[in-house]
Amino acid sequence: MSREVHSGPTDETQARGTAYSGDPEGGEGTASQELQRLPLDEWHRAKSARMVSFAGYEMPVQYEGIIAEHLWTRENAGLFDVSHMGQLFVHGRGVDGALERLMPGDFKTARDMKPKYSLLLDEDGGIIDDLMATRRGDDFYIVVNGATKHGDIVYMQGRLTDVAIDYMKEQALLALQGPRAAEVLESAIPGVADLGFMEGASFRAFGHPLWISRSGYTGEDGFEISVPAVAAQNLADWLVADERVKPIGLGARDSLRLEAGLPLYGHDLDRSTTPVMAGLTFAINKRRRAEGGFAGAMRILAELENRPPQLRVGFDIDGRQPVREGALVLDGEGNEVGKITSGGFSPSLQRPIAMGYVATPLAEVGTALKLEQRGKLFDARVAAMPFVPHRYHRKGAA
Amino acid sequence: MPLYFTKEHEWIRVEGDQATVGISSHAQEALGDIVFAEVPEAGRRVTKGQEAAVVESVKAASDVYAPVSGEVTEGNQAIVDDPALVNTDPEGKGWFFKLKLSDPSELDGLMDEGAYREWVKTL
Repeated sequence: MSREVHSGPTDETQARGTAYSGDPEGGEGTASQELQRLPLDEWHRAKSARMVSFAGYEMPVQYEGIIAEHLWTRENAGLFDVSHMGQLFVHGRGVDGALERLMPGDFKTARDMKPKYSLLLDEDGGIIDDLMATRRGDDFYIVVNGATKHGDIVYMQGRLTDVAIDYMKEQALLALQGPRAAEVLESAIPGVADLGFMEGASFRAFGHPLWISRSGYTGEDGFEISVPAVAAQNLADWLVADERVKPIGLGARDSLRLEAGLPLYGHDLDRSTTPVMAGLTFAINKRRRAEGGFAGAMRILAELENRPPQLRVGFDIDGRQPVREGALVLDGEGNEVGKITSGGFSPSLQRPIAMGYVATPLAEVGTALKLEQRGKLFDARVAAMPFVPHRYHRKGAA
Repeated sequence: MPLYFTKEHEWIRVEGDQATVGISSHAQEALGDIVFAEVPEAGRRVTKGQEAAVVESVKAASDVYAPVSGEVTEGNQAIVDDPALVNTDPEGKGWFFKLKLSDPSELDGLMDEGAYREWVKTL
């Protein structure tokens, strides 16, 4: 057999997701470093995880198998170790206004304990990272991607000299995702089931403080739990002792988020894409659209007005063969009109799905296009996303 | 029936001038859940060391090389219809194609089963 061509989240395909150095010209700061170990490294190995390099860490890509783990999460509850992600505590007078200089969200009137999805932007409106930011009183708790966290910190410190950014490296981050996540977590930590989607609160368990939000990256109901690294194993052991919970690796995390239509930084988002191109206009607040005043605002507001040249879309693909990142999108005359940024086999749908960018006039759902991969053409149609409906726990919803 | 392996993790089971080709148990394990297989049609001529089939898992796409040259006599439709068969029975029902050898001397230099299993342990 040939050497494997990986797709999905491995360092081999993470090239475009390397840390942004903070230097607009690129420059130093992206040198490879020795792989780091997660707080739960031994725990994963004891569970027979296959470890791969990702975002500078050795991380579990699978335990029993990606498809089984994927389907388990859709039906029960999956435990993900996402401690590679950067947890930041940003504080100082006027921190909300400072964050608004680099992101298009409304932080000044952001309500307490409500995580908001936002985007860290460069001066051209390119996406340096996507993240979740939560007001906690006067301060903000921000979770950024693992591969980009060091660059993010450098960039924010360089631009926001009036606030302090603490990297909370003593915190682990676990996610419990799936339709049975709430009943499992509620039995250990009473009160979590009262949270609605995109709400967070402080809790205490196993003698340690926890920050828990009802959020995630699978399209399912679920929680993200910030826990002191010293207590992470206690919590993980307690959770997987419940027969409704299994540990889930990065492989299923990638296939779950693809089915949910959620972009992956370094693949579907990077500095050559803007929030408008990426179809993330929900993250551009109404007041901010009127006032501007964020990095890249001129271009982003113009794209909102006139539409961007390309848009991120989903693709349904005929046949069974996966079409992966890097494949070209062609129009009926064979002209290159876009490219695939994530693609693979959907375990839930049992067929290939993909997302990518295509010229805006061709972005209508149902548009027939061809995809070209390794010299072979595939018939595809622009598809609505998510591919698998979200099942978030929205308060007030039935 | 003699069974040989390549360093690229194909196996080839030889019976006279006929042979059956697949990927090893080690290979399917490394690939993970297999979701797609493409096999050559009968009549196609394949060349030792050149791609003859395709196998894709959730994570990876790989070419399967012909361990020896020859003319394909049958591709295994069963793995096209149910690619997971390559995971569950890689060295049996999960075979990829059969061929008629054009040069049996090409078998020289392939590993026998014992040598392959020992070598795989060192990877």
